[in-house]
Amino acid sequence: MASLAKSRDFHRLSPVWNVTFNLIAGLFSLACVFPFLFVMILSFTDEKTLARNGYSLFPEKWSLAAYEYIFKAGDQLLRSYGVTIFVTVVGTVLSLIFISLFAYAISRKSFKYRTYFAFFAFFTMLFNGGLVPTYIVTTKLLGLQNSIWALILPLTVNAFYIMIMRTFFSTMIPDAIIESGKIDGAGEFGIFFRLVIPLALPGLATIALFSTLGYWNDWFNALLYIEDPSIVPLQSMLMRIENSMQFILQNTNNPSLGMGVLQSMPQDTSRMAMVVLATGPIVLAYPFFQRYFIQGLTVGAVKE
Amino acid sequence: MKALGRHLKDINRNKAMLLMVLPASLWFICFSYLPMLGTIISFKEYRFSGSFLSSIINSKWVGFDNFKFLFRTDDAYIITRNTILYNAVFIFIGLVLAVAMAIVLSEIANKRLAKWYQTGMFMPYFLSWVIVGYFVYSFLSYDRGMINKIAIALGADPTQWYSEPKYWPLIIVLVFLWKSLGYNSVIYLAAIMGIDKSLYEAAMIDGANKWQQIRNITLPMLTPLMTILTLLAIGRIFYADFGLFYQVTRDSGTLYSVTNVIDTYVYRGLKTTGEIGMSTAAGLYQSFVGFVLVITSNYIVRRFNKDNALF
Repeated sequence: MASLAKSRDFHRLSPVWNVTFNLIAGLFSLACVFPFLFVMILSFTDEKTLARNGYSLFPEKWSLAAYEYIFKAGDQLLRSYGVTIFVTVVGTVLSLIFISLFAYAISRKSFKYRTYFAFFAFFTMLFNGGLVPTYIVTTKLLGLQNSIWALILPLTVNAFYIMIMRTFFSTMIPDAIIESGKIDGAGEFGIFFRLVIPLALPGLATIALFSTLGYWNDWFNALLYIEDPSIVPLQSMLMRIENSMQFILQNTNNPSLGMGVLQSMPQDTSRMAMVVLATGPIVLAYPFFQRYFIQGLTVGAVKE
Repeated sequence: MKALGRHLKDINRNKAMLLMVLPASLWFICFSYLPMLGTIISFKEYRFSGSFLSSIINSKWVGFDNFKFLFRTDDAYIITRNTILYNAVFIFIGLVLAVAMAIVLSEIANKRLAKWYQTGMFMPYFLSWVIVGYFVYSFLSYDRGMINKIAIALGADPTQWYSEPKYWPLIIVLVFLWKSLGYNSVIYLAAIMGIDKSLYEAAMIDGANKWQQIRNITLPMLTPLMTILTLLAIGRIFYADFGLFYQVTRDSGTLYSVTNVIDTYVYRGLKTTGEIGMSTAAGLYQSFVGFVLVITSNYIVRRFNKDNALF
């Protein structure tokens, strides 16, 4: 047992345990980052070296050829980047509007039907129609097959985020603020946009980041609904080139690039380079935003 | 008449709020409630004809035939078994390791280093299953993958990983833990940080060592959160993570015996084999059992401790 004198700070382990704990956490943390570093190394490997030696951490020969080819022939990459950015921005803005309006309304005690609508949203967390009916409604009734809205709308609203935001509104927005707005003669929408939203920014930031991540990483809706190569998002493009690089030439504007390019293209390393380019923005950005995710995850775990 | 008048007055008084809930309510109708009604086609022989409504109405009723066919095959047993067993393992090992890792992180003396570890292990949470699929492939590829290269260097034979079912239960559990452990432990870490420090000070004065503090303060204080998160997970034990079982396995047919789960089965029924009726039936079976499980587990927790229940 550590003596009191030795551990003046009560929150301290014995040195042996401290080293052990550092090793456990450090090694696991390394294991989490390692595959990304590995793929990055592969993308900078010379294709012939890679074909001969397999995927290696220490390539005999480095090369930028993969990136050169992608930027020369990869109109599809740019196109898919554009699709993903568009879907992410529009989707996140729509999500914020839909979710915050709904959550605010059901957080207000003066709203007579709040319990009905709260249940209306909550019930969707307990029961759902399943994939096939959703697919049929989306394609046959809403007609979203091969539409960019099929990438946006299915992810717009989520009962779980509504619950998080409702908790946020009812705990963080004092009634006095809303009353003062009423006395000043503001309407409900005026109060919401001018008084409530500025106070709710931290909560909105959390929802916005979850939503951004959801849209950026989505491939499932593209797998279900999208055939047209001009609206294939990044993650889905990566899926489609898993077995053949052919796909990235579908959208090329340059007629002189044909099968020739494909044959001379460093296929394996280009694939890895695309993984790096698709993941790069997230890997660079998340360390700065992680506290919002932690906040959201912890709020989400606590009811009301 | 009077009642109707009062109703209209109420609606008028709440019209701003009703306008606010309108967009998301329309969304819920289109993407949640209409599909719920659409589960009716699991009792029909679905034929697409004309519009959405007419094809549902005109399809022939077949009663429970789709369910009978589904449960007559081995598939129903295999997908149910796989879904539940994987999730049970995920829930149990995931809980133990996440709490352990959170405690490890909270006890590390150098707080800045702990923050770095936390950031590192949080990274997989931000990656899509497509990317994870590529990562796994860089290790398991037959001719180029790292694992086979190491095996050859050690004098062993390379393995066709993507066609050997026996390895996949382990691979899937490892990949799942790799992706989820970081963020689960971050949730528990946040809870540990919220524990009143004076409890530990009091324990120190009473002569409790670190391990006694963890057992008698940290773990009991985490119990409500562990209960809620586990309950949520048990409520979803009938739902598998589609990406994990589809992308990471590269949808390899030889692995289906150990990688086919309800969600992948439903997807293939819809997109590959075209068995719409059976596929819808499997989806409804999933939703229905899932619903019963959430209600039951919530009821059980409610009886022990009302505060830990979801509703």
